[in-house]
Amino acid sequence: MTTLTASTVNLPTATSPDRSLFRDIRIVMARELKPVLRDPFSLLFGMIQPLIFLGLFGPLLAGSMGGSLDGGVWQWFVPAILVMTTLFGTSATGSNLLFEFQTGAHERMLVTPLSRSSLLIGRALKEMVPLFGQAVIVIAVMVPFGFELHLDGAVVGLALLAAFGIGLGSFSYALAIAVRKQDWMFWVVQQTFLFPLMILSGMLLPLETGPEWMRVASKFNPLSYLVDAERTLFAGDVWAAPVLWGFVAAIVTAALGLTVGIRTMLRSAD
Amino acid sequence: MISTRELTKDFVVSRTETVHAVRGISLDVEPGELVAVLGPNGAGKTTTLRMLTTLIAPTSGTATVAGYDVTAEPARVRRQIGYVGQGNGAGHSHRVGDELHGQGVIYGMDRRAAKRRASELLEGLELKDLAERKVSELSGGQRRRLDVAMGLVHAPGLLFLDEPSTGLDPQNRANLWDHILRMREQYAMTIVLTTHYLDEADSMAERVVVVDHGEVIADDTAEALKTRLAGDRLALVVAPDNQIRIRELAEKLPGAKEFETSGDQVSLRVTDGPAALPILLGAAQQYGVPVAAAQVHRPTLDDVFLNLTGRSLRDSNGKAAA
Repeated sequence: MTTLTASTVNLPTATSPDRSLFRDIRIVMARELKPVLRDPFSLLFGMIQPLIFLGLFGPLLAGSMGGSLDGGVWQWFVPAILVMTTLFGTSATGSNLLFEFQTGAHERMLVTPLSRSSLLIGRALKEMVPLFGQAVIVIAVMVPFGFELHLDGAVVGLALLAAFGIGLGSFSYALAIAVRKQDWMFWVVQQTFLFPLMILSGMLLPLETGPEWMRVASKFNPLSYLVDAERTLFAGDVWAAPVLWGFVAAIVTAALGLTVGIRTMLRSAD
Repeated sequence: MISTRELTKDFVVSRTETVHAVRGISLDVEPGELVAVLGPNGAGKTTTLRMLTTLIAPTSGTATVAGYDVTAEPARVRRQIGYVGQGNGAGHSHRVGDELHGQGVIYGMDRRAAKRRASELLEGLELKDLAERKVSELSGGQRRRLDVAMGLVHAPGLLFLDEPSTGLDPQNRANLWDHILRMREQYAMTIVLTTHYLDEADSMAERVVVVDHGEVIADDTAEALKTRLAGDRLALVVAPDNQIRIRELAEKLPGAKEFETSGDQVSLRVTDGPAALPILLGAAQQYGVPVAAAQVHRPTLDDVFLNLTGRSLRDSNGKAAA
């Protein structure tokens, strides 16, 4: 057995008390991505779900209202599926943190010199990675089926999704921290918010045919603006009003999410 | 290394109920000590440890750990200490080697140093072949060794262990302790651990702090606690007819008390068992009281706890767990 000596451990931390938040965020983000990099198949598997949804719901949509949607069913539906993937993925991500509460890994990190806020920001930022991966796969699969790709709009559209995903991911982590002592509550709350948000955004079916109150409710749903913006962007229209409103909605969500998330994270050890 | 004064922690459960988990603990730990905090579940052991490791803020009182105040400079405290909690430090969906390496990077090592350090610890804690494994695939004993490795990455001068061997079988516990004690020697570490295993506190710690209802009720070496607070127990096999006579003889022994009989078993407490037994046997022979068998039981920390609180530590644990 080799002898361990403390002399091999040179810690710059003892002499440099000021850590950079940026470095901490990078460390947390890299750690979060490690299992994905080690096992990319799990990510790939998660990416199949939106495709199944597209494959099953798309034809129904085309059959029932294909005529009334401008630009073809895919042009209308694919951007919405990208938003849906973001919604499902990032709203569920808090469960990863919940798992780390249960196993003890989160507690371990709370006792390290990592700043509390980096534990939230690093996690929220990593949400961008699976989100990009999924979006690229969905788009790549749909192009042969007649989905028309406008590259500039698509790039801006992905940036918009990323901003929203960071915000919603932060909220999901905040929820996980808030319910960590009754962990089953996480899915109850997540599902309760998920479906109204989804349906009242006009993501799956256009709200124009729905009752007045639904259209009014959708005005208060940030996701509506995101869906509108993505549809406009994927139609190749970058400089349009719905895009601006989409960015307002996404940035407000991100700012609120990060604020709430960081505040909750600061109290996560109690 | 550690100095606390009147440290308290209240948890507000509801508007009408507040739990006083820790009620004024003052404790000093010198560099190099190995201290076990012993007590039943809910005694305040873990809460105290969580305050000392900056996880939760004290309600009142002060604590200085590794030279820094836990409330004023928690970040500095965190850089100095190692912590092995009740759970697993390494994430279950991560690989063993990745987590050890990552922990080094967290403490400011560059990638090469972190890598070297990770392989040293993998070797030292018999985890070498498991570096590529997912943490969730490890056995309980392997996982606990990994937890200790995670806590040692930055070679801290002070290591906190919260119930390090709970849930391990005796063989794995012994193995874990071999590693902890070897690491302690190599790093000249101060160790503070909590346990509700009596034998663990007894055999491992040089100093035992007994905690009950959020207060320190005893603080000494295990030996001194046992001698001072419990005394030895003599057990004899004597026919029922002769039990009254043996009692008369035994009561003359120094510190004799708690005389109990059960069938042909007779037992009592004395200050110094090994010295008292020959005297008692001599007297019994002199007065013609036949003794069929005799034994000296050294006291356990459970006896100490029983003496201090009137409750058995095992019963207290059972009740708290129920």
